[in-house]
Amino acid sequence: MIKISLSVNGTERSGDVEPRTLLVDFLRTQLGLTGTHVGCDTSQCGACTIHLNGKPVKSCTMLAVQADGQNVKTIEGVAVGDEMHPMQAAFKECHGLQCGFCTPGMVMSALGIIERHKGDHLNEAMVRHELEGNLCRCTGYQGIVNAILMGAKNMGVKVI
Amino acid sequence: MHSFAYHRPKTIAEATSKRAADPDASYLAGGMTLIPTLKQRLANPTQVLDLSAITELKGVSVANGIVSVGAMTCHADVALSADVRKVLPALADLAGAIGDPQVRNRGTIGGSLANSDPSADYPAAVVGLGATIHTNTRQISGDDFFKGLFETALEPGELIVKVTLPIAKRAAYMKFANPASGYAVVGVMVADTAQGVRVAVTGAGACAFRQADMEAALAKSFTVAAIKDIVISADDLNADMHATAEYRAHLVGVMARRAVAAMA
Repeated sequence: MIKISLSVNGTERSGDVEPRTLLVDFLRTQLGLTGTHVGCDTSQCGACTIHLNGKPVKSCTMLAVQADGQNVKTIEGVAVGDEMHPMQAAFKECHGLQCGFCTPGMVMSALGIIERHKGDHLNEAMVRHELEGNLCRCTGYQGIVNAILMGAKNMGVKVI
Repeated sequence: MHSFAYHRPKTIAEATSKRAADPDASYLAGGMTLIPTLKQRLANPTQVLDLSAITELKGVSVANGIVSVGAMTCHADVALSADVRKVLPALADLAGAIGDPQVRNRGTIGGSLANSDPSADYPAAVVGLGATIHTNTRQISGDDFFKGLFETALEPGELIVKVTLPIAKRAAYMKFANPASGYAVVGVMVADTAQGVRVAVTGAGACAFRQADMEAALAKSFTVAAIKDIVISADDLNADMHATAEYRAHLVGVMARRAVAAMA
């Protein structure tokens, strides 16, 4: 076992892990942060997307030990208290989900898109292109794309 | 996953000496191939040597007509580099079309090249631009690096340190991406370089290769018309559930023409 310490949603957390423990399993089973989902376990669906040092990555394709000393943000760290983040509110408003399983990963990827384009602009084609790493098996994506564009607008990104 | 030991060396020397002491140890770069492989129990290393803490393996720089990319530089850092975008936009485009945003934040050029996946994008840049692979012991020409399916010129334990890519006069990369994975069913890099025209193909064969007929035709006339009648043989090309060898041969022509057209 290896002892790891990392910042998760702004709080210092530590735990003992086997080298083969995946980051997503550490988050879900050892820290109890079950908002991060495992959809495919083959690095394709993006339901396990978290932010590592501010950038979206798939936590099923990373070892927990690799996150030692790093900053991790999960879906649980997005809202402020009881108040939804503007992106979460936009998903609710636009009904950007049906079963909801992919939603945590979608929101984390959406926030990555905003981060990459905050001084720039966004349009529907860009959102669709940058959502390549996230699969939704219910919605056909229209509501999700609408939600990300609304969230972007409400976060001050120019939407054209 | 089978169990393994984990180390995060701080220097190239520490990584290579640990690997030299244990032939069953495995370097871990971005992990976009190795970790799925471990999960499927298709690899069983005794220890994983995570290269992510070796700072000298990271970074992009442009000087003297050369783009230099550290082996542990992730695809997003190449795609979003303003310097690369300015001097060699085809390389930024290629890096920005690998996988998806999450993969581009983890996957590295060194990992991609050492793996030599037949459908990976970076091999087309290395062969197409006439790049040089710098390892801990020597320099290897891009033309000599890829040896076959998942096979390279690297010796056991040899570690890629950086890749230097000469800035082409003009270059473009076009790929027919697998719609599910983003991997190249076929990808073609066409580059007009100081050493002549180079046409590199990935996805179609066991590893990236140059297409001499197209290079000769484009050297005479750098136009779509110059290569439109070149027939690519399907012999020895890959065939799988995604595309037959004949279809891949056809796509080599289509992607090459699109690349030339993009530079017109």
